[in-house]
Amino acid sequence: MADFTSSFWNWFIIIPTVGGIIACFLLIRWLSTAIKPEDEGKEMDHVWDGDLVELNNPLPRWWLNMFYITLYFSIGYLALYPGLGTFKGLLEWTSTGQYEREIDIADAKYGPLFKKFQEMPIVAVAADPEARRMGERLFVNYCATCHGSDARGARGFPNLRDNDWLYGGDPDVIQQTILEGRNGVMPAWADALGGDAGVADVTEFVFSLSGRDVDQAAAARGGEKYQMLCVACHGADGTGNQALGAPNLADSIWLYGGSSKQVMETIAKGRIGVMPPHRDFLGEDKVHLLAAYVYSLSTGQEALEE
Amino acid sequence: MADQQTYNYKVVRQFSIMTLVWAIVGMTVGVLIAAQLAWPALNFDIPWLTFGRLRPLHTNAVIFGFGGSALFATSYYVVQRTCHVRLLSDTLAAATFWGWQLIIVLAALTLPLGLTQSKEYAELIWPIDVLITVVWVIYALVFFGTIMKRRVRHIYVANWFFGAYIITVAILHIFNSAAVPTSFLHSYSAYAGVQDAMVQWWYGHNAVGFFLTAGFLGMMYYFVPKQANRPVYSYRLSVVHFWALIFTYIWAGPHHLHYTALPDWTQSLGMIMSLILLAPSWGGMINGIMTLSGAWEKLRTDPVLRLLIVSISFYGMSTFEGPMMAIKTVNALSHYTDWTIGHVHSGALGWVALVSMGSMYYLIPRLFNRELYSLKLVEAHFWTATIGIVLYISSMWVAGIMQGLMWRATNGDGTLTYSFVESVQAMHPYYIVRFMGGVFFLLGSIVMAWNIWKTIAGAKPATATIPAPAAAH
Repeated sequence: MADFTSSFWNWFIIIPTVGGIIACFLLIRWLSTAIKPEDEGKEMDHVWDGDLVELNNPLPRWWLNMFYITLYFSIGYLALYPGLGTFKGLLEWTSTGQYEREIDIADAKYGPLFKKFQEMPIVAVAADPEARRMGERLFVNYCATCHGSDARGARGFPNLRDNDWLYGGDPDVIQQTILEGRNGVMPAWADALGGDAGVADVTEFVFSLSGRDVDQAAAARGGEKYQMLCVACHGADGTGNQALGAPNLADSIWLYGGSSKQVMETIAKGRIGVMPPHRDFLGEDKVHLLAAYVYSLSTGQEALEE
Repeated sequence: MADQQTYNYKVVRQFSIMTLVWAIVGMTVGVLIAAQLAWPALNFDIPWLTFGRLRPLHTNAVIFGFGGSALFATSYYVVQRTCHVRLLSDTLAAATFWGWQLIIVLAALTLPLGLTQSKEYAELIWPIDVLITVVWVIYALVFFGTIMKRRVRHIYVANWFFGAYIITVAILHIFNSAAVPTSFLHSYSAYAGVQDAMVQWWYGHNAVGFFLTAGFLGMMYYFVPKQANRPVYSYRLSVVHFWALIFTYIWAGPHHLHYTALPDWTQSLGMIMSLILLAPSWGGMINGIMTLSGAWEKLRTDPVLRLLIVSISFYGMSTFEGPMMAIKTVNALSHYTDWTIGHVHSGALGWVALVSMGSMYYLIPRLFNRELYSLKLVEAHFWTATIGIVLYISSMWVAGIMQGLMWRATNGDGTLTYSFVESVQAMHPYYIVRFMGGVFFLLGSIVMAWNIWKTIAGAKPATATIPAPAAAH
């Protein structure tokens, strides 16, 4: 076991453990020896604070038995299970082993159910009410923490029902996103834009893309900078680029908030959005169901069942 | 030498009064955060009032403010009375009083500001940790210095427990709070990963074992026989359960880390030592309750004694529940649920708070040469407190077991039946009942504070001359 860097530590555990249990035995045996009948219930020969005295009463038998039972149980437990340093215990039980066994049992039991859906195309899975129910249960346990129980997201976490996709909403792309995760990076532009004034100008321009009322002069100044610095990812018309995960700026959906202050903060300081990968954590069969469920959210029941 | 002929009651009085003050403060914060769990809007979106900051304030105020002041008061009183000498030094004793109060005030300032080192029951930042260490070393000096100059040969059993608590808490505090400061307000723990977790729970469980158990057993061993006017039931039982208790408790920490990254062998040792702990714990309960044998009828007429005896019963109950919860299969259900919170409060409200309050009802009138203002009010306190405890722990049993069952429930396809938020939603009614339990307990404490206030208002501080030790020595 890697817990011990030398055999010293092994004995450092074993000796006090075994010694301590033996000491408990000796202690209760020693003090449970019979009291002379004439002494039982008599006061001991000490008095404190005027009237504090102690009686010489025996240890209650039932209590002693309880003590012995816990000691015997412990010896038995340490013989069967790991506890005495590197000794593995007669059962060779480990918590990792227990976990793997339980997972194997669960896989054998539920595997075929998931397998059935995994062999179907995602669009077909999404049309299956049972599969959608299973997907929903997986979603509320594994995805809802960030995306919300209703999948409408939160600030910094995309809404999955609005049909606005950072990386694309095709079934295979959704599956890819869940399996491998995504790292969305918006660099910080404060320095390149020459501080607050430049950031404010670009913000005005960005707002003009979705048709908001803006300060025309500022938007024009911002537009020049946009065409130099932002266009590569967000495109000339601001509709974004799903290959890069660059959001569409021409709609009115704002992942990090659409107030002037929030957009300025996004431009000035940048953003890092992380969707963790789930391939190892959930496995492909569960991700397949999840992808179908997420796909169904924005596609709508009727469209699916056609 | 004139000064040597009386006991130092001043420091005992000071700590006794602060016991009541911190009880009200700490429990009020407890009631507020219980209400926040039932109605989250009660944090008013003010960072200083959020649960995450007020919860450590609650635990620090009740454990170290209320419990700590009660332990200082009673240990100083008991060690003097049972050694037949004045405290080693009035100046050092006064330093522990002012130092300890400063620590609690600093806790009340820093925790709402969000300054914490994020270790449960050891949240206070490193400069306050240093202060705690200094005060604690002075406390040890005063206590053991007084024991050293005692005028009786035998050391009374209450002092064994107080001594064990003082030494062990010092060791626990120093090792668990070891940290590398990065600034005056911030530090990193000296340990990393699972070692850090293990050191934390070695500390955490023994804060319960030595601060909240051994110390309060010391209290029990003096105030129960005094109030009952009966001899301690069994000397040999006190020897066995003292040594077995202090040996076993120190191993129990790993049961807080079952089924984690902690190595399996460590978890096993934590579990078996927690089980062995049952008998030593019950030894204290038997000795406390059986001290009443031959005087049971006093329970009908003496509400203070009833408070003390009920506290011992709750001690017995929670020290049975603890070893059961330390068994891995039980823990797999109970861990991370409100069952743990209920368990802690059956010990904290039922045992620690009631035994302290019973002791204060005995102690404070004697420190001011007065009779207790009203036994009727003690009776009222007893019942409101008991109802509060029962509401608290029974609602948390139901809530905790329900959470545990909801979290592990699976559907026919192997997916989890409930999402986490559904289990949170299901807690709402139980959180309301728990809040009401807290309100009852707080009301009882306010009744007590009023009763004590009426007892001591206008009274002159008592002085007590030191009697000669009994002739048997």
